[in-house]
This record gives sequence, C-alpha cells and structure tokens, in this order.
Amino acid sequence: MVNGDRILEVRDLVKHFPLTQGILFKRQIGAIKAVDGVSFDLHKGETLGIVGESGCGKSTLAKVLMALERPTSGSVLINGRDIGRAKGAELKRMRRNIQMVMQDPYTSLNPRMTVGDIVGEPFEIHTEVAPKGDRRKKVQELLDVVGLNPDHINRYPHQFSGGQRQRIGIARGLALQPEIIVCDEPVSALDVSIQAQVINLLERLQNEFDLAYIFIAHDLSVVRHISDRVGVMYLGKFVELGKDTEIYDKPAHPYTQALLSAVPVPDPEGREQRERIILQGDPPSPANPPSGCRFRTRCWKAQEICAEEEPLLQIRPGTGHESACHFAETHDVVHIG
Amino acid sequence: MKKTSADVLPVEGVYGDEPLLAVDDLHVEFRTRAGIVRAVNGVSYTVNPGETLAVLGESGSGKSVTAQAIMGILDMPPAHIPHGEIRFKGTDLLKLSEEARTQVRGQRIAMIFQDALSALNPVFTVGWQISEMFRVHRGMSKADAMKKAVELMDRVRIPAARQRVNDYPHQFSGGMRQRIMIAMSIALDPEVLIADEPTTALDVTVQAQIMDLLADLQRESQMGLILITHDLGVVADVADKIAVMYAGRIVERASVHDIYRAPAHPYTKGLLESIPRVDLKGQDLYAIKGLPPNLLELPTGCAFHPRCPYRQDNCVTDVPPLYQISGTRGSACHYWREVLDGER
Ligand SMILES: Nc1ncnc2c1ncn2[C@@H]1O[C@H](COP(=O)(O)OP(=O)(O)OP(=O)(O)O)[C@@H](O)[C@H]1O
Ligand SMILES: Nc1ncnc2c1ncn2[C@@H]1O[C@H](COP(=O)(O)OP(=O)(O)OP(=O)(O)O)[C@@H](O)[C@H]1O
Ligand code: SF4
Ligand SMILES: [Mg+2]
Ligand SMILES: [Mg+2]
Repeated sequence: MVNGDRILEVRDLVKHFPLTQGILFKRQIGAIKAVDGVSFDLHKGETLGIVGESGCGKSTLAKVLMALERPTSGSVLINGRDIGRAKGAELKRMRRNIQMVMQDPYTSLNPRMTVGDIVGEPFEIHTEVAPKGDRRKKVQELLDVVGLNPDHINRYPHQFSGGQRQRIGIARGLALQPEIIVCDEPVSALDVSIQAQVINLLERLQNEFDLAYIFIAHDLSVVRHISDRVGVMYLGKFVELGKDTEIYDKPAHPYTQALLSAVPVPDPEGREQRERIILQGDPPSPANPPSGCRFRTRCWKAQEICAEEEPLLQIRPGTGHESACHFAETHDVVHIG
Repeated sequence: MKKTSADVLPVEGVYGDEPLLAVDDLHVEFRTRAGIVRAVNGVSYTVNPGETLAVLGESGSGKSVTAQAIMGILDMPPAHIPHGEIRFKGTDLLKLSEEARTQVRGQRIAMIFQDALSALNPVFTVGWQISEMFRVHRGMSKADAMKKAVELMDRVRIPAARQRVNDYPHQFSGGMRQRIMIAMSIALDPEVLIADEPTTALDVTVQAQIMDLLADLQRESQMGLILITHDLGVVADVADKIAVMYAGRIVERASVHDIYRAPAHPYTKGLLESIPRVDLKGQDLYAIKGLPPNLLELPTGCAFHPRCPYRQDNCVTDVPPLYQISGTRGSACHYWREVLDGER
C-alpha cells in the first residue's frame, strides 16, 4: 500500500500567522509558527495518522492541505498540482478531490438545514457531479452508505445523536467522491460506545472507495488501529515519521517516547512497574520556538548541539525510519493497546 | 496550623463502621417541560480514606449529577431528590441545614469541575482566587492568604509560583489552569475530593502530570478520591474500585483487577472489547450497537436491553437488581453468569 501511487506530496510546508500589536495601526511584531516546514507523501488508499500535543499545528496543517488557508511557503501537490497556488475553476476542481470530516458533530452542521441539504450541498457547488434531478437519490445513497436511514433525509441535525451527526458529516465528505479525506479528531467528541462504530465505518469506506486518509487524533491507540504510517508533530514540525509499527514499537525520538509512555494502558496488571516518562513544563510558544531542536527545553537527552543545530527529519543510524533528534535511539517504551 | 472552623463542623470524626462517604440509593430527577428526566435512579457507592473510586459510564448516565448532589450544588428545582441518602462519616448530608451544608462543601468535600477551564474567573488573578478560600473560610488576612496561595501553587507544581501569583487565568496554559483548579480544591485539606473528568480536555502528557499530582496529594493527605471519567486507561492506572453507570444506574461494581480480568455486565464488557488492540489491527473493532438511551423514555426492564447481545425475554420486562456476585462485586444483569463466563 505504501508504495502505491502518490496522490499527495507535501514539501517544506510553512504556515505563519502574523502577530500584530495596536488597534488602529496594526503592526506585525512577530509570527505564530503554526506549521513550520512539514514534508510528507500520501499514497492512494493509505492512512497517515498525525499525533501531537494541543497547539502543535495539526488543524492548521489540515486547513492548508484543504486550501482553507494559504501556505506561507512550500507546496501541497495533489496528483502533481499545487493546490496552494490554484485559483478559480482549477481550485474548485482540485477541492473536489480532498474533503474534510471535522471534530465536532454538534457545531459543524448547520442546524437550520435538513440532512438532505447538508449532504447535498457540495452538489450545489459542483453541479457537474450530480444533475439536479439525481440529487435526492444520490443523497439517499450516501445516507445508506454511512448507515443512516435514507428516509430521514428531511430531518434536522438536532434530531440525530452525536454519532449519527458524525455520519452525516462523513456522508457529506463522500459526496464528491474524493480520493483524500482529512479527518480532524473525527471521534473525540463521541461517546466511547459510539467511537468504534464510526471508526469501523471509516475503515469500511476506505476499502470500498480506495480512499486515502489523513487521520488527526489525540487517542494514540485509535491512531495505531487505523493508520498505515504515523507522523508525530511538535511545535509545527514532524519529529518522527514511520510505519505504525516503527512509531509504536520502536520510537526513536524522545518526544514520541514520552508521548507513548504517557498513554494510560487499559490493564491494571503490573501498573506499578510501568515505565513512565513525565515531561516537565509546557510546550514553548510557537511564536518563539527554541533554537536548534524545538523539543530541547523539555528533553532529558539535550546537549549543547541541540541548541545550536536543528536536527533534520531523516533516517538515523540504528533506526529504520525518519526522526529529528541528534541522539535518536529506538526504545520500546510501552505496548499500548 | 491554627485552629480552624473545620474543628467545629457538624460532622464529627467518629463514624464507626460507616465508610467515609456513602451514597445510598440516590434518586435525582429533573422536572422539565418535556417531562421528568430520571437522571439518577438508585445509585449507591462508597469511598474510604486513601481510596480511589472510579465512576465510569456513558455520557448522560448521571455521573456528574450524582457528584453535584453530593456537593449540594444542584438547582432545586428543577432537580428533586425523591429518595436516598448521602452519608458523610455517618451523617446524612441531605438532612443538614443549608448553613451546615456550607461548612462541608468545599472544605471537607471538594470538587474539581468538568469544565474547569471556564470555572476560573477571568477578571481576578489566580492568586486572588486561590487565596479567597483562606480569606473566606479561614478568616486569614490578605497577606497571609496570598502566602498560602503561593505555597499551594508550588504544591501543584506551577513553576515560579511567586512570580506568577498575580497573573490572570488566560496567561496560563490549559494544563496549568487545571492545576490551579486543583490547588483551589485542595486548599482546605478536604477529606473527599471529587474530580469530574479532570483531564478530559488535556493532552496525554499533561494528563499524566495531573494524575501523578493527584496521586501524590492523595498519598500525602489520605483523602478519598472519586474520579469521574470515561477513559478506561486512566481507570486501569489509578483506581482501586469502579462503579460503571448506565442510564442513571450502577450496572456493575467491582475492584479494578476483577473488572478488567472479567467484566460481569454486557455494557462493561462491550466497552472493554471496543478498545483497539494491536492484534486486532485491520479488523473491525467490536462496537456496542445502537444508541445511548433517552432518559425521558427509558427502555422497560433493563435499560441496556435494546443494545445487549445477551438479552432474553425477561430483560425487556424485569428490571435487574444489582446482583451480589461476591463481597465487593455486583452486576445489574440477569445473565451476569454467562457474561462472566465469556459466553455469548
Ligand atoms: N487563525 C489563526 N490566527 C493566529 N494563530 C492561530 C490561528 N489558527 C491557529 N493558530 C495558532 O497556531 C497554533 C497551532 O494551532 P492548531 O489549531 O493547528 O493546533 P492543533 O495541533 O490542531 O491543536 P489541538 O490539538 O488543540 O486541536 C496554535 O498556537 C494556535 O493558537
Ligand atoms: N438541569 C437539568 N435539567 C434537565 N436535565 C438535566 C439537568 N442537568 C442534567 N440533566 C440530565 O441528566 C442526565 C445526567 O447528566 P450528567 O451530567 O450527570 O451526565 P454525565 O454522566 O456526567 O455525562 P458526561 O459524561 O457527558 O459528563 C443527562 O441526561 C442530562 O441531560
Ligand atoms: S439484563 Fe439482559 S439486557 Fe440487561 S445487560 Fe443483562 S442480558 Fe443484557
Ligand atoms: Mg486541532
Ligand atoms: Mg459529566
């Protein structure tokens, strides 16, 4: 799967938000470096999981991929074309191919629109996909695909549960038959007993339509379950990128190791003996990231070189996958579920 | 420490065989225009000094409402407590006057709220908000109370506490604000601390810091901890015993080791089985089918029956009592034996 067709190529992607001061005369006093040099590929039918602490830039990355935000620099190639620079009709065409499922099924749907209108809205913009007469049928098919009752097409979002609303969002994401779906925390707002239903649905749809997913989530065991490869982000950069087994069983970056060791294991046996790396302090501000390695202010391995030289994301001695640490060393921290 | 009002509280230290805190057959309902919401339908649990009870369950199952009843902070009406007792060291809090109740609330039983991040007042400094506990309840001077606030911020490991005591909430990260909330809740050395989803909004690395901190504080002071959460990992990590709630009832009660080894209620079993496991990668996750119940129209019999793979005819008609399986274990399922044996 990993060696299949590349449908997304992200190169040196940067998104800075200007930090301004003053009310009447705004002047720029700096920038929030939300995404600061990210590169990766995504292949047809593949799932790339993205994990990392709050504020590390995951949603910003998602928005730049979707061309909801323009990149500050770098490129996002979808089937070889740069969506970040596309305009007008071309941008519209490219957008068909990359869709998004959002975190919050409670606020991301317009409460005054019927389910039919919500799921069918993309057809209004992309009229070529479904001629007017076909739309109702198309929408009902989509509802059926995601496991909702097609007869409920005239209901409103508040008449559905959280898990059902997330299905509505997924049906809408599928409407234009995209090749890529970006899922930003698609299950975290759902009840535990409902999360598994939605994850199974996403996996089933992936197989059926050969979809590629960017899957952003904070639940590391869910990410492991669904992902072929995983990227670990810290302060706007990938610090480690590899196959799911490489990241989870042989993490090489200290941040990944700390992150994995912090995940509580759903098994009380032997809990006293478990190794746990408790990071001190909070992540630094993305407006003013540390020099050299951004993780060094919280890293127990940091030496002088870490402040002076930025470690690049590359394959390092003794590890089979890319990591961005001068002292990368694989270490099986814990087996999480 | 100087003599404090805690010494003259109505609830005394001698309580014989009684647990530190006992919720006993508690019922809470909300009388709304749409009908009566039976949020809590006969919940019983206990916690003892130094012990951690985890309360686990579906969203809307009554976990927070039970906690609010213990704290005495439910708005009544619309809430009513038609039945039940909440005994703190043997004294039924529900029978106390509001004045006596105030002496317990926040001082001897304290709570960290689910939406802690919005519970801090944005217009006062964190130091002022923490020190308020000492000014109001201990009658300390401003300067003394502020000194205590710095001590507490230190205790919850806020770096450079002395410099940061005059900062406002928005100047702190989510994890730090949560630590400030914890500081306020432990300020008066409560005997019982209720933590309602204390880490749900936080990152795993910060969650690990906070849980570590709570464990330390508990070790130091031997408080009883009621931890409300839906995270099966956190529960396995810190709990001594568990109460699982569904539709306003406790459906299973057990020690942490028993429940993870072999659950005795289909809902608990479903939750545990739906956790992704490495060896199941590429396969469907086990998913509990159906939807959470509507409290306005609870299913007849066992409230879980529409979703249950073990259901038999009597489940639709007869409400299962909490069957006593052993001294510490109970399951509200007619077919707990089959569930325990892993038959399906
Ligand atoms: N429109 C914006 N203007 C200014 N700063 C922004 C904007 N959007 C995001 N940021 C900042 O960029 C950084 C990255 O934010 P982002 O939402 O991408 O993080 P995230 O990894 O998705 O976090 P979470 O896990 O909390 O969703 C944060 O510091 C955030 O405050
Ligand atoms: N003031 C109120 N009026 C009417 N119903 C209420 C009120 N407060 C709570 N409820 C209902 O009581 C039920 C139990 O709510 P509670 O907050 O205890 O759930 P919970 O188990 O804490 O859920 P969560 O995991 O989502 O926090 C819910 O269905 C809720 O809608
Ligand atoms: S009582 Fe019946 S319906 Fe309820 S959990 Fe047990 S088997 Fe299932
Ligand atoms: Mg985000
Ligand atoms: Mg709650």
